[in-house]
Amino acid sequence: MTAPATLPARGLADRLTSLFWRRPTLFLSLLVTPPLLWLGVVYLGSLAALLLQSFFSIDEFSGVVKEEFTLKTYAELFRAQNLDVIIRTVVMAAAVTLACAFLAFPIAYFAARYAKGPWKAAFYLGVMLPLWSSYLVKVYAWKLILAKEGVLTWAAEGTGTTFLIDGLLAVPGFEGSSLSTSPFGTFLVFVYIWLPYMILPMQAALERVPTSMLEASADLGATRGQTFWTVILPLALPGVIAGSIFTFSLTLGDYIIPQIIGDSSRFIGLTVYQLQGTAGNTPLAAAFAVVPILIMLVYLTLAKRAGAFDAL
Amino acid sequence: MTAAVEFHDVSRHFGKVRAVDGVSLSIAEGSFFAMLGPSGSGKTTCLRLISGFEQPSAGSIRIFGDDVSNTPPHLRNVNTVFQDYALFPHLNVRDNVAYGLMVKGIPRAKRYAKADEMLALVKLDGYGDRKPAQLSGGQRQRVALARALVNEPRVLLLDEPLGALDLKLREAMQDELKALQHKLGLTFVFVTHDQHEALSMADHLAVFNEGRIAQIGTPQDIYDRPATRFVADFVGSSNILPPALTRALGGPEAWASLRPEATRLAATGPFYGQVKTLRYLGSGTRVVLEANGTEIAALVPAGQPVPAEGDMTAIEFDPTALHLMGGA
Amino acid sequence: MRSDRPSLLLRVTATGGLLFLHLPILFIFLYAFTTEERTYQFPPPGLTTKWFAVAWARQDIWPPLYLSLQVAAIATLMAMILGTLAAAAMNRARFFGRDQLSLLIILPIALPGVITGMSLRSAFGIMDIPFSTWTIVLGHATFCIVIVYNNAVARMRRLSGGIMEASADLGANAFQTFRYILLPNLGSALLAGGMLAFALSFDEVIVTTFTAGQQSTLPIWMLNELVRPRQRPVTNVVAILVFAATFVPILAAYYLTRGGSETAGMGK
Repeated sequence: MTAPATLPARGLADRLTSLFWRRPTLFLSLLVTPPLLWLGVVYLGSLAALLLQSFFSIDEFSGVVKEEFTLKTYAELFRAQNLDVIIRTVVMAAAVTLACAFLAFPIAYFAARYAKGPWKAAFYLGVMLPLWSSYLVKVYAWKLILAKEGVLTWAAEGTGTTFLIDGLLAVPGFEGSSLSTSPFGTFLVFVYIWLPYMILPMQAALERVPTSMLEASADLGATRGQTFWTVILPLALPGVIAGSIFTFSLTLGDYIIPQIIGDSSRFIGLTVYQLQGTAGNTPLAAAFAVVPILIMLVYLTLAKRAGAFDAL
Repeated sequence: MTAAVEFHDVSRHFGKVRAVDGVSLSIAEGSFFAMLGPSGSGKTTCLRLISGFEQPSAGSIRIFGDDVSNTPPHLRNVNTVFQDYALFPHLNVRDNVAYGLMVKGIPRAKRYAKADEMLALVKLDGYGDRKPAQLSGGQRQRVALARALVNEPRVLLLDEPLGALDLKLREAMQDELKALQHKLGLTFVFVTHDQHEALSMADHLAVFNEGRIAQIGTPQDIYDRPATRFVADFVGSSNILPPALTRALGGPEAWASLRPEATRLAATGPFYGQVKTLRYLGSGTRVVLEANGTEIAALVPAGQPVPAEGDMTAIEFDPTALHLMGGA
Repeated sequence: MRSDRPSLLLRVTATGGLLFLHLPILFIFLYAFTTEERTYQFPPPGLTTKWFAVAWARQDIWPPLYLSLQVAAIATLMAMILGTLAAAAMNRARFFGRDQLSLLIILPIALPGVITGMSLRSAFGIMDIPFSTWTIVLGHATFCIVIVYNNAVARMRRLSGGIMEASADLGANAFQTFRYILLPNLGSALLAGGMLAFALSFDEVIVTTFTAGQQSTLPIWMLNELVRPRQRPVTNVVAILVFAATFVPILAAYYLTRGGSETAGMGK
């Protein structure tokens, strides 16, 4: 008795499998089409709509959107008050990014180099949970802490360090009745919320630095400081840049934090939100939304040159 | 008698890369056939053409006379032992082995009985309830073998099956595979880059180079009468003699190969030179002589006197040991 | 001799950094029990559990909760289907447009949420689409795809590619391979991705405000309470609920995927 060398198809499933096998491209397109359609139509379509909308303008008297091509709306971005908003947002994003990089480094370095076994898992979860847990709840927690009658004031009174907070609030640009209404509060909360986004890519980059390389550096007579500046930092840099893409981009677009914490000065996100909502000026809102896209495109191009994407 | 596997001018191109380029071969039923070659020579692609994971860009393949151009892998009665074993990590050993029967709809009791029988065949009785992760490399290899045999395939394909095992285990498995093939009378097609493995196990082998077959024949043919310089160089450790040297050694002006073990050291001989290196191999010593920038290796069997480095000596050999071959 | 132990400074700053990340959330819990409902006075003048009962009775909390659950469930389901399909396609051999597709999948979370939100808002405006549950779902599913996709792709990369071929080699057709080999191995990664997507959607506020119109999801309700507070401790009770609804899936996702290089969470 010998079995045949090939078996007949047993039914529809076999026949379809044969078809997919003969036409691998057909199978691939079956897989790719639904997500591609969704992202292509819903997402790219929306981005196109945003772009289109930004070339419309609003009739100043009736408040009705005129669906005619014009650059008038973009010109409005260059008004002093709007330029202020853009500059303030970019400065804030840059400051937040720098602060996140400084704060993230020791955590990322410790987790990448010294945390082992269960500690490693604990560190990982310790960063992951704040990253994923509710954004609004985290912002709200800071409202409680920074409020005039809140935790921070109480702690400062208890330790006799109220002068520190008062001093901070006296710095030009940081004025407010409490940190909760000071631009410094806005900055602090931004840093808190986006910090995990800096830690994780930084840790990933640092983990790729082989311990042997650090030992080699020490072996060649480098001090700890020299090893840090000449070996660790350059190797961690792609991670820092990858993390900065998140912190920078997220700060650029956020409009919740400045609404809840700070002196209500306007940022790009908040402006977009207000323009499309209460003001009903969708074209200008759209034009404003294009600004972070352009800034991020420039930023991503620079980051790509620095090789940051390998660390994502 | 129809051949088990037949390639008729088969090519497989990936874009501009010709992984397999005009290969024709015929593998007899019941033979232990090895495909030997360096990595990237097309041997693995040929194996995947038989299993159906690759489709020929040109040419046709027949398995026991059936043209398989339109037969997907799952309808070919051919099974594979994969290089990394590819055991299903979520199934225990018994379910791994019984998988081929399960997808054919064989009832549980029957397929488990058959799986246990297969496990016994590869000497893994009692391991059925373990997960693949709990097994050693050699045991995983046996599970992969049992799993591939359970369907009673007409041809068994083995893709570098012993590559991941250590030397001792590899030698034991070589003997076992050979015995198993003998017992089952099945056609084995075996891919390897290890010439010793190919020579010792196969009854026929094809040497691949750059997508083409450089030579096809019995191990004896390939070893003693390499058709090309590539084969002589790749299989074994032959001296390859350029035309001028062949002539100087008493042959015609053509490329030739000369096996070190076919030579003897002597006071006088066609090649006289200085001992440059000695390498002790256990079964003998490899002596490399150098004269005027050319080197020839000789093998001194164990127990015979070995010269010292720097000594002057000559080699002699039977003129028939000089094997002439084509270029490339 | 150099010791391979972290310096004291490093240990203090690393631990301090982690505490900085976690401590603030504790105050949310504390303030849910305060007797003071008008200010954020610390320490709380007294403790009470009555706010849980008050929150339970507040009729304005339930509809946003239902809406959030509904949106998160539908968006997660869609993201799981689309994300898995995209991952399966990307796992296959290279094809034309592969890099573009991967960029397209990541874009909705790489760009600030306000852009996704404003874009959808513009599209609804231009096409005269009225706001509904579905306009919210549209946005959520879009940025949830990448979450499922990341988890699925990472797991597929870790799986030995050979097992799919081994299955076909042993006689299984594509559907059997999917059912018996792919699904059991991919299942926990998909589940983890789905949970993370659910957590993300349930908590999302930035895109939602642009796509919700007059509807209120739970985060939008919370945002309104933050801007115009009344009965502040009730907001804390809801905050605890939202926190739990995101915390539990994250933890579960972590345990489902731990031990792999793809441990859930990177790339929110």
